[in-house]
Amino acid sequence: MIDKALLDQHNLTEDEYRLIVELIGKEPNLTELGIFSVMWSEHCGYKSSRVHLKKLPTEGPRVVQGPGENAGILDIGDGQVVVFKIESHNHPSYIEPYQGAATGVGGILRDIFTMGARPIAVLDSLRFGPPDDPKNRSVMEGVVSGISGYGNSIGVPTVGGEVYFDPCYNLNPLVNVFCLGLADKDKIFYAKAEGAGNKVLYVGAKTGRDGIHGATMASAEFGKETEHKRPNVQVGDPFKEKLLLEACLEVMDRGLIVGIQDMGAAGLTCSTTEMAAKSGMGIVVDLDKVPQREAGMTPYEILLSESQERMLLVSRPENVTAVQAVFAKWDLDAPVIGEVVEGGRVRISFQGQVVVDIPVDAVVNLCPAYNRPSVPPVPPPPVPPLDSLPVPDDLGAVLLTLLASPTIADKEWVFRQYDHMVQTNTVVLPGADAAVLRIRGSRKALAMTLDCNGLYTRLDPRTGARIAVAEACRNLACVGARPIGVTNCLNFGNPEKPEVMGQFEQAVAGLAEACRTFGIPVTGGNVSFYNDTEGLSIYPTPVLGIVGLIEDIRKLVRPGFRAAGDAVVMIGESREELGGTEYLKTHYGLQAGAPPAIDLEQEKLNQEFLLEAIEAGLVRSAHDLSEGGLAVALAESVFHAEGRIGCEVDLTGSLRDDALLFGESQSRIVVTCRRADLDGLLKSAAACGVPAQAIGRTGGSRLVIKHEGREILRLPVAQAFRAWKDSLPSFFQVQT
Amino acid sequence: MKFGVVQFPGSNCDFDAYHALRHAMKRPTVMLWHKDHDLQGVDCVVLPGGFAYGDYLRVGAIARFSPLMQEVRAFARDGGRVIGICNGFQVLLELGLLPGAMLRNKDLKFLCQHVHIRVEDARTDFTRTAKKGQVLRIPIAHFDGNYYAPARTLKEIERRGQVVFRYCDAGGNVTDEANVNGSLHNIAGIRNEGGNVLGLMPHPERAAEALLGSTDGRTIFESLILSLERRRPAGRRPAHRTKARP
Repeated sequence: MIDKALLDQHNLTEDEYRLIVELIGKEPNLTELGIFSVMWSEHCGYKSSRVHLKKLPTEGPRVVQGPGENAGILDIGDGQVVVFKIESHNHPSYIEPYQGAATGVGGILRDIFTMGARPIAVLDSLRFGPPDDPKNRSVMEGVVSGISGYGNSIGVPTVGGEVYFDPCYNLNPLVNVFCLGLADKDKIFYAKAEGAGNKVLYVGAKTGRDGIHGATMASAEFGKETEHKRPNVQVGDPFKEKLLLEACLEVMDRGLIVGIQDMGAAGLTCSTTEMAAKSGMGIVVDLDKVPQREAGMTPYEILLSESQERMLLVSRPENVTAVQAVFAKWDLDAPVIGEVVEGGRVRISFQGQVVVDIPVDAVVNLCPAYNRPSVPPVPPPPVPPLDSLPVPDDLGAVLLTLLASPTIADKEWVFRQYDHMVQTNTVVLPGADAAVLRIRGSRKALAMTLDCNGLYTRLDPRTGARIAVAEACRNLACVGARPIGVTNCLNFGNPEKPEVMGQFEQAVAGLAEACRTFGIPVTGGNVSFYNDTEGLSIYPTPVLGIVGLIEDIRKLVRPGFRAAGDAVVMIGESREELGGTEYLKTHYGLQAGAPPAIDLEQEKLNQEFLLEAIEAGLVRSAHDLSEGGLAVALAESVFHAEGRIGCEVDLTGSLRDDALLFGESQSRIVVTCRRADLDGLLKSAAACGVPAQAIGRTGGSRLVIKHEGREILRLPVAQAFRAWKDSLPSFFQVQT
Repeated sequence: MKFGVVQFPGSNCDFDAYHALRHAMKRPTVMLWHKDHDLQGVDCVVLPGGFAYGDYLRVGAIARFSPLMQEVRAFARDGGRVIGICNGFQVLLELGLLPGAMLRNKDLKFLCQHVHIRVEDARTDFTRTAKKGQVLRIPIAHFDGNYYAPARTLKEIERRGQVVFRYCDAGGNVTDEANVNGSLHNIAGIRNEGGNVLGLMPHPERAAEALLGSTDGRTIFESLILSLERRRPAGRRPAHRTKARP
């Protein structure tokens, strides 16, 4: 008997239930209700976001596959494509950090290799509460070792990403995992179930009771009873996934299968219905043939299990034996569990009885979309009059504090736990503006970066989102890469709260504007709502994953100074912009003010100029200015230099010293060039309408900053380096 | 000469080793499947890095039972050259082809970073193009690289000069600080008594191309090529013969 309580348990409203009855022409049984519950969950059905996501640009000359498949696909020339996507695993990672993060990696890897691509890089965007709280440290340690445990074992390098800290993530950490794979353009596979009579094969791990209703869990707020949801988190087995990866790529390479889909959220239910729906076909499945980890599982449990490392394949009958032989080579079973049929219905039997018989279209395509009520985001509290915030006497001390603030501090403690070199393609190691991987057999290279400043989006979602796109592209430009495509992971609070929906609408609008300006298509992504615990929403955090292409790896530029005696040039203009800065947060304890303004056209001009200067061979190093402003960018350029080369700069203009050093005005980049090239560089900047100014010279063992000839900061490089380097590990020192 | 790279289920540096040997060192290289019994006439067997069988049990403990390992054991007994890198080193320990065992790293964390190792013996088939005391910069990537052996075994290993590489600083000083994983005596690589089997934790295949930041790993492969091709005058000569044995 289906009643209100049962619907509540399944996160379905009474209206949705009435719609289900109307669509399938009968009262669903419990198993069928379970199927609708997961497929119509926010996580799978994108109920609250679909109407808004349509505003994002998704087309471009390189786009082979836009949103709607497991991952987006872009043409990179020479018969090759990149397949990439980002996904969140926030909720499971809070409940069970290690397995939550590990299975996040496993899931996104399957999304990539299910399309015929070998995964070649993983990046993660991680957000935690401040590490001085032991609970946050324990979540962070668990998440980092989960990513490390899974990614290292399967042999896909984790090459970069970002780690942010803010109290808004105390009870709701964000774990967004990006993966990119490389494939031949003529060997892409889709989740198709074409051809009546074709066989449906189940491969990979056995089905257990783990992860039942994981997708539904990720579509609701958390309260104090969150601990009880631990059984909803799946357990990962990277070894099994490695075997699955090799076997799947082998059957695809040999052209033995018609279609393939991974069993991720909503498991067997999602994969069967989606494959059938995409081909306008039906599928019959016999659950007795599904390999099961334990006895006595009900059809409901088998269908909704989110056990990891499983895939569904469709193969012509004559190829089944060959497919099974490949899987046997990798010690995996590949039983036939069903068949593709005409008619657009999924019919599932269990112990001789039909337990599910529903039209696939209703399940997959007719999930209601909501244009949920929204209110404009509340404007941020203004920055107090600057007169009330005195310029600190010791700006060197402020810089040391900023360098040690966990968001800015060196992240080696994190990334050295990841195997970032396996597959031997990683040219620029983690910690730079963007990760760079060579493409074997060509001069080309791929650059990728993840970016978002959650505080900016909190203060002004639209501007924050525009900045996230601009900064990610700027990161790519700093290594000499042109952006070619975007995936995004939109992390927000409860969409049933009008203020959260307001943030979402504004952020999506900002993303759309910026992506249009840069001419980069959004090829897919993920929306994670309900990031609320105990009634508190996270900052709206739209994480951008942008992929760039370097045509000639020999032109690659890195963030660290290359040699003493080079000229230091600042591209872009500094303004008195302290709102939303790490400086205001760290030194004054204020999260206030409007984030820095962004002029997208100027930003594009500056980046284009940088790219051309790099192509012309004029640039020796480049690093973008972000959290902590100019002073932090210079310090990082010093730290990244081999042998740590210092520098001395003299800045002009009438800004306050602290705004000059720590302001976060956008569209700025610090570059160095040979002194002989300086005039040429400045002239061509002027010709392009790009503000550029020679500010000093590299060399020495100090970081010295002057303002109109007056020294305002002087630090020994070694001291600044230790502040930056030792900060994060100091939180995790083993107490003996 | 011909290299053979063993593929266990869960090996993940197999293609990296293949690429380094085949494309960077330009030597014929084949993949050897763990279920086979055929070494395909290779002159050197490479046990690559990775997580053979997931390493859910003790590292390398299941891989030693792979059918091909019987052949590798016999090949090594007959003086065939065998090099085990990272997980391959761990498998060699489990096979009993090298003495000792691996513990978890001292900080109980996976470590992926460039390290410096000092060549302790430049007369081996794996180091003959290096100089004694030369410092190589090669990456590591492991969770279980903390070399351990009972005191008596360790004494024997040292007495026989079986330690081929030790973790050191950039200047070649063997210090506690440079000993990132806590190995006894800073041991990064050892050979067997016969000198034909080497195990090391650092990944020379990740340091074989300038684009990736270091070419110091080539020294080990060049030494092997020099040793093996010299034995067979009809074979191809190595492209780089930097330093012959004195």
